[in-house]
Amino acid sequence: MSINRRTFFKAMGATAVALSVGKELTASAESVAEGQSELYGVLYDVNRCVGCHGCEYDCAEAHGLEYPDIPKKPPMRKTDDTHLTVVNFHETSKGELPTKIQCMHCTQPACDAACLTQAMHKTEEGPVIWREEKCMGCRYCMISCPFDIPKFEYHSTNPRIMKCDMCHDRLKEGETPACVYNCPEEALMYGKRSDLIREARQRIHDNPEDYIDHIYGEHEAGGTSWLYISPVPFAELGLNTKVQKQSYPGLTKGFISSIAPVDILLPLGLLGIYEATRTKPITEEDE
Amino acid sequence: MEKAQNVFSDNKDNNLWKFILNELKPKGKIFTPFNIISFPIIIVGLVIIFIRFRDGIGAVTNLTQEIPWGLWIGFDVVTGVAFAGGAYVLVFMVNILNMKKYQPILRVTVLNGFLAYLFYSAALLLDLGRPLKIVNVIIGNNYGVSSVLFLVGWHFLLYMLALLLEFSPAVAEWLNARKLRKVLSTIGLGAVIFGITLSVLHQSGIGALYLMAIDKIHPLWYSEYLPLQFVVASVFAGIAMVILEGSISHKVFSYQLESDSHHQHNSILIGLAKICAGALFAYFALMVIVFVHGKDWQHLNSGWGSWYLLEMIGFVILPMLLFYFSYRHKSIFFIRLAAIITLLGVILNRMNVSIIVYRWYDVDRYVPTWQEFVVTLTIIFIEIWVLRWIIMRMPVLRKPPLWAQGNDH
Ligand code: SF4
Ligand code: SF4
Repeated sequence: MSINRRTFFKAMGATAVALSVGKELTASAESVAEGQSELYGVLYDVNRCVGCHGCEYDCAEAHGLEYPDIPKKPPMRKTDDTHLTVVNFHETSKGELPTKIQCMHCTQPACDAACLTQAMHKTEEGPVIWREEKCMGCRYCMISCPFDIPKFEYHSTNPRIMKCDMCHDRLKEGETPACVYNCPEEALMYGKRSDLIREARQRIHDNPEDYIDHIYGEHEAGGTSWLYISPVPFAELGLNTKVQKQSYPGLTKGFISSIAPVDILLPLGLLGIYEATRTKPITEEDE
Repeated sequence: MEKAQNVFSDNKDNNLWKFILNELKPKGKIFTPFNIISFPIIIVGLVIIFIRFRDGIGAVTNLTQEIPWGLWIGFDVVTGVAFAGGAYVLVFMVNILNMKKYQPILRVTVLNGFLAYLFYSAALLLDLGRPLKIVNVIIGNNYGVSSVLFLVGWHFLLYMLALLLEFSPAVAEWLNARKLRKVLSTIGLGAVIFGITLSVLHQSGIGALYLMAIDKIHPLWYSEYLPLQFVVASVFAGIAMVILEGSISHKVFSYQLESDSHHQHNSILIGLAKICAGALFAYFALMVIVFVHGKDWQHLNSGWGSWYLLEMIGFVILPMLLFYFSYRHKSIFFIRLAAIITLLGVILNRMNVSIIVYRWYDVDRYVPTWQEFVVTLTIIFIEIWVLRWIIMRMPVLRKPPLWAQGNDH
């Protein structure tokens, strides 16, 4: 029995080692992802946006969706399975301001980590895309996304997950996203994420009275490819400011890296206990 | 007792099909209250399932873009898997710890576990928007290995296989297939060990599913220890279910049991009560540690705080004390009562995490449609029908045939 106990404890020790190795591995993977400077993204400047809703029409056209029906005094709207981006107006400390919302194209997307079929996929160029032929419609991406972006076609027999894909098809042809391309005020700027951050800093630096000193998306959810700058705090624009600063997939890494060691070592432990108890049935007394 | 085998051996030409056809015929009374209630519900449920596939999930559910997982996932899967935890706990006790006292209820528990998993998978398929694409996960090259759901799915699937193997000797005995029975019992230990491992991981994995929903679940319920909480909860949830189910099937199928088994059954229940009390205590201690480490006392000063305290006091501490008391006083009545409270508590906790405190800040609350309830009931009822069909025929509650006794691992 004592031998078995020893093997058992050895196994436990090995688990601990395996766990810490697993943690280190994932940690280094994380820093690689952060070091990717070639990701592309979009910078949205609330100061330049006039809220014409033009990008909503361009987006619908680019994705083969029906044109949005926007009332004169539009209420607060959300994106849904037929509107991949919307522009809302918010009463703020500096008057009424527009805010465009769409997928943030996180650097380490929760939706991608959640997806068990790799249908949600962070491309090397930056856009997070959804791939129809892989998705099984489990909607775990919707549970996981901190920005509530993936939407589901509840009334379809072959439902799709709908969300902004940064016009991945257009990008592959060397063009810019439809909303960026068509924006009459150049409120949207497409480029390398690192360049966009530099540009945003520049604008904040040059006109400190017009901007707050914060680039939304630089660190939110571990960094996103879509970046916002604005004259008022982002909470006033209805953006999720409670979002974690670290990446969301990081929240599950501990669990995931412990699976392999448990899968290997728990059976050994069980076998040990089995051998130890085999000869002598346990009775109530020595439980 | 040996009716099934008589049918079989009467067929001198060993016609398996005739035997199966014969066994498919209902045994026992047809117009029982259970049948009269469950049959119409099952019919309505099947119609709703048909509509779901014809018009989409939105046609029969109240799911929204904000609440993508409702009753079918929250109850059938997230709660149901905990209830099925009894199988791995008992297998661990009997086959690994060698606590032979619990042997008599092992088979029925394993069978229950297997059927539960089978039907939860069915519920899961109903809820998938594109169910055919599930092959991507099983055979495809689209392995999302960093996905908790992927890992849960695979552990779930393999565990079903392990359960099937663990139960298969009973099937072999029913078919009177002696050679097969021998082969099956030699791979038994492997199935047992991997079954337990797979269980620990998918039970905790269900909790881990919600780790990324950190902003959406009320801070009183969210913690990074969700996986651990879920696995500990599965111990008492599973055993409480074994107690309740055992008590019911003991009444319903009492004619299948030997005369001394009632006394034996009571002593099993008392032993289970003790384990439940211990598991509930471990859970409670874990919750206290989690609370003291990471939670804000301020949260308790709200409606949600009272809701949380209700769950902790009414459905963790109370059944824990009840189990302890009933174990000390050997009171079968209180054991059953405690088991029911425990099960309600597990439902409450799992529904909280998956539905009630999920996006607790939303004004529009998700309330399931009646169709969602009926489909859930349909799945449970069909499961009970199948369970009954098997217990009537295979040596689950009654002792295995003589030839099969004594050669278990
Ligand atoms: S915002 Fe949501 S959907 Fe978009 S990449 Fe991030 S996690 Fe995915
Ligand atoms: S719904 Fe589709 S895209 Fe979303 S997690 Fe499930 S399989 Fe992936």
